[in-house]
Amino acid sequence: MMNFEYTIEQKEIREMAMKFARNEMMTVATEFDLSGEFPKSLFEKAWSHGLINTCIPEEYGGVGFSAVDSVIISECLSYGCMGMNSSIMSNDLALLPIVIGGTHEQKEKFLRPFTESYKIASFCLTEPGNGSDAAGIKTTIKKDGDDFIVNGEKMWITNAGFADLFILYGTSDPSLKHKGITTIIIDPKTEGIVIGKSEKKMGHRCSDTRGITFNNVRVPKENIIGKVGDGWAIAMKTLDHSRPLVAASALGGAQCALDHSVNYAKERVQFNTAIANHQAIQFMISNMVIKVEASRLLVTKAAWLLDKGESNTKVASSAKAFAADACMEICTDAVQIYGGYGYSVEYPVEKLMRDAKLIQIYEGTSQIQRIVIAKEIFSRS
Amino acid sequence: MNIFVCIKQVPDTETKVTPNSDGTYIETSSIKWIMNPYDEYAVEQALLHKAANTGSTITVVRVGAVKDTEVLRTALAMGVDEAILVDAPDNLDSYQTAKAIKGAIEKSGKTADLILTGKQAIDDDCLQVPQLLAQLMELPSISVVVGFEGTGSDLTLRREVEGGAIEVYKTSGPCVVACNKGLNSPRYASLPGIMKAKKKPLAIHSLTDIGVNQDDVRVKYSNFVLPPEKPAGKKFEAMEEGQQAAVVAEVVGLLRTEAKVL
Repeated sequence: MMNFEYTIEQKEIREMAMKFARNEMMTVATEFDLSGEFPKSLFEKAWSHGLINTCIPEEYGGVGFSAVDSVIISECLSYGCMGMNSSIMSNDLALLPIVIGGTHEQKEKFLRPFTESYKIASFCLTEPGNGSDAAGIKTTIKKDGDDFIVNGEKMWITNAGFADLFILYGTSDPSLKHKGITTIIIDPKTEGIVIGKSEKKMGHRCSDTRGITFNNVRVPKENIIGKVGDGWAIAMKTLDHSRPLVAASALGGAQCALDHSVNYAKERVQFNTAIANHQAIQFMISNMVIKVEASRLLVTKAAWLLDKGESNTKVASSAKAFAADACMEICTDAVQIYGGYGYSVEYPVEKLMRDAKLIQIYEGTSQIQRIVIAKEIFSRS
Repeated sequence: MNIFVCIKQVPDTETKVTPNSDGTYIETSSIKWIMNPYDEYAVEQALLHKAANTGSTITVVRVGAVKDTEVLRTALAMGVDEAILVDAPDNLDSYQTAKAIKGAIEKSGKTADLILTGKQAIDDDCLQVPQLLAQLMELPSISVVVGFEGTGSDLTLRREVEGGAIEVYKTSGPCVVACNKGLNSPRYASLPGIMKAKKKPLAIHSLTDIGVNQDDVRVKYSNFVLPPEKPAGKKFEAMEEGQQAAVVAEVVGLLRTEAKVL
């Protein structure tokens, strides 16, 4: 009944994605972290190898990955650079509402172009005043003849400055709370859209993050995903798919910090012996291993449930909360193991610590995940 | 045209090898295998040549233990069309390997228009199979190739010789080309390639199937042992001027008698 073994293809996917992460991403991660430049040509290369848009189904030109395949890819690319992986993964976050709730025509029109050349999609949910309280969003989507008019402000939008497509959540009536939420596809070149300046961040610095203002932006009604008011259900289903991916990115960062720590502990000599021989260091490393192994099991189970078509909300939120918190702890300990060198930008682990923090915050904070888990326990029994 | 590529599965360069129990080879149970890096250049060159010569097919051949087919699958995922595996012990000698490859090519029913290999395998570093294969197949062979131009079987090949000089060869008709580092930049197996690879044909033959038997053994392996561990380095104190002459004499003496480098 139980089988923990990856398929041959999954082993090869891991191998290939890790090769790309090590050779193409890790080698330039520090450079892009320092400059804050958006590594678009690197993303193009990743796209050409099939590493981006893992959510697009085979019938619309995608490779046809399972959810388990996708989390393997996310883990490996995040191992290469958590910040770059944010921008890579952001496409899946944005396109998933179309995959989940779109019509055949919408999928042909909006998904297929992403398989023909490297394109960027941004997921526009968060607002200056609404992060965790997503049902309270204030951006309005109002019917006007055959079109809809979008008004409002979005904040912390990943890849906004480079996007070819926005997938926006708004409300037809804020007083309806989650029942008014609607999802709409918007061409970023539409009149009335003002894209803000790139935000300066603690980590994920090469991932482009901006605010966007929508002033009477006219969008054809064909661009509504599902019906007006379907947005909340679509968002919840999207999160079931995206949380394992984000949890996997935490896992990738954690594994990277662990590997760096093990190597450094073997090299660094104090008190006439490698610090790996000191029990205090051994215990820190052992704790890292425990958390990485547990994260991987949770992430894989969350994806495996999706592939089986079963509800994964509780496990996906557990995976996201656990892996993100574990990643933060592991990266913090990695800096501790490196000591003074860990605090220096000349060494890789301070960046990992800065990058790790965001994963506890975005795509549902660690606290929101616990609320979701509690709801699954107390509202469904 | 029919392009054949010969690849070997070798231990990852970071593997810690240990001799097996009877000392005839290394312990293979927990090794991480990779494609011999020189063979990656051969696969890439085959893919480039196929792209320039429409209608070509590439068949990759590997002789080795059947349990791990990942390296063949990597070649298929990179874009090779078909694979042949000859199930054989991993420590086959060069002559048997060359004969097995020849047998596998003949068994495929295709006439080889071009055979590409790496110039050597990084595990045993024998540097023999390409030349032996060419000899057995009565084909010309060119090794240490760093430049490859031309269409079909009319090729201009550049090979590195001692001292950084380059020899240029023109060939027409089938030949064996053994590739060196610098010839090209091997591509990654793309993810769509990995997913498609499982549908590509992989033929498996035994050594007997292709006419290789005990009479072909040329090398018997025995006494595989790890090299002795290096003794710790020696440190000499010579901070004070008065000591220095004596220390120099001591060091020179040890270099003569112990290290035997002088």
